[in-house]
Amino acid sequence: MKIHQISLFVENKPGHIAAPARLLAQEGVDIRALYLADTQQYGILRIIVSDWEKAAHTLEAHGFVVKVTDVLAILVTDRPGGLADVLGTLDGTGINIEYMYAFSDVRGDEAILIFRFADPDAAIARLQAAGIKLMASKELLKQ
Amino acid sequence: MNSTLESRVADCHPASAPDYTPVAQLRDVQLQRLQAVVARAWRQVELFRSRMDERGLEPQHIRSLEDIGKLPFTAKSDLRDTYPFGLFASPMKDVVRLHVSSGTTGKPIVVAYTKEDLDVWTSVMVRCLAGCGLHRGDIIQVAYGYGLFTGGLGAHYGAEGLGATVVPASTGNADRQIMLMKDFGVTAISCTPTYFLHLIDRAAELGVDMKKLPLRAGIFGAEPWTDSMRRHIESMSRIEAFDIYGLSEIIGPGVGCECRLHQGLHIFEDHFYPEIVDPITGEPLPDGCEGELVLTTLSKQAMPMIRYRTRDISRILPGRCECGRTLRRIGRIGRRSDDMLIIRGVNIFPSQVETALLAVEGALPHYQILLTREQGLDQMEVQVEVTPQMFTDKIGALQGLHDRLQEALDRVLGIRVRISLVEANTIERSQGKARRVIDRRTS
Repeated sequence: MKIHQISLFVENKPGHIAAPARLLAQEGVDIRALYLADTQQYGILRIIVSDWEKAAHTLEAHGFVVKVTDVLAILVTDRPGGLADVLGTLDGTGINIEYMYAFSDVRGDEAILIFRFADPDAAIARLQAAGIKLMASKELLKQ
Repeated sequence: MNSTLESRVADCHPASAPDYTPVAQLRDVQLQRLQAVVARAWRQVELFRSRMDERGLEPQHIRSLEDIGKLPFTAKSDLRDTYPFGLFASPMKDVVRLHVSSGTTGKPIVVAYTKEDLDVWTSVMVRCLAGCGLHRGDIIQVAYGYGLFTGGLGAHYGAEGLGATVVPASTGNADRQIMLMKDFGVTAISCTPTYFLHLIDRAAELGVDMKKLPLRAGIFGAEPWTDSMRRHIESMSRIEAFDIYGLSEIIGPGVGCECRLHQGLHIFEDHFYPEIVDPITGEPLPDGCEGELVLTTLSKQAMPMIRYRTRDISRILPGRCECGRTLRRIGRIGRRSDDMLIIRGVNIFPSQVETALLAVEGALPHYQILLTREQGLDQMEVQVEVTPQMFTDKIGALQGLHDRLQEALDRVLGIRVRISLVEANTIERSQGKARRVIDRRTS
């Protein structure tokens, strides 16, 4: 259920995302999803990749500070209300979303939502109880 | 003597009389005062007496000025270790003023003055200002910080003692400083040289022509500055720029000052006895040799400083100044023998930055201090490498870390610094050791 996401600290300067991207390319690691949270000075690059262990190892070996965190991925129909339905199931549960991002699949009519919960296990229980399907790592990466 | 020189040395103020004491008489005064201050410190200050005991020394062993070399040194760490009042030689009832300066770690140092000490301080500041050609009738704006820092009050009482009109502007608010100068017809200003550079720039932005103001003298100190800065200041305004030297441990501003010939700084050596020593061995060096300036307060009561290691690198200039003063001169101070940084007139040690970083993080990350000068003002940036322990995937948590570092550094240093979180392993290391300070302040 849980997907390993890699976060990288990057300074907010030209070229600072290119270096890790190049490293992953050299190692044949595919970036499946990417999200950059930024401030004026620095940012956090969050990526979901085809081989997280290899990616984390490679980046660390090159001096990057890396953090691996568990996130959840949910496949929804790409239509108005798709996101609202998922969020609705969390209403009143006290389950806190630290952050989230989404990407839609150009080939189909589905969107993938990535959630970072403060308590992923509680979130899994709640979402499954509400009948929402969580994507397995394999499923997300083969797309 | 040419006519300019004559006009430059003619304006002698009555308070300046001791500046011209015949050398033999000056040495007598110095020896008498040295013997008295050593006796006083020996009686009243435990640390000094125990160090004298270790050397088998008693005050009566000081029979000539050369004997000063036998006396133990006093270091800044002694002030910190005996914080707050351990080096006082007067009971608190006789202490009328305390000032505070930054120490090498979080702890500050305290300095004390009796009424007589304040009178001496005022008198040497009067002699500084008189030597710069100022007198009653001048309007002097004091733009040093007033408060625990000795700069503001020291310059203030000196200017009042001279009989001048004082504008106690303190630091900050450049627009108001310029307005006061213009509206009051201020004739002299005392501040840090970099602050004056900032005022020059700001005046230009406001459309105020510094060259049209009555301002004719600037007494600049509290930080090292260069002759090229002097040329720049003098080309951008009509002032004559003077270098003044002092340190809180000795008295504050007024230990020495340039006269109008600008050939080094006269030390008011009837009160502050200068020596130059090898900064490593502590051996006294002959006049003309560069080394560490060591000062002994000859008349201070509340807190005598015997052979205080200033860490300032200078030399005693040989020969007599053409102005006629018998006071010896030191060369302008360009560097220090320790790692102290002077930023906007405030003393900062890299160890203070470490203390603050440790307090927040619990472990010391790699860091670097970057000094630049923007609009004449020193800027200090602390770059901190993000370690795996510090890093989180949540931006709010990183911002929180940034804020905690900012708070800790502001609190410890007492000045605003810029903090940058930088990627790991990006601070250059030579032989595994990072260069802690990069100073890009030029001019």
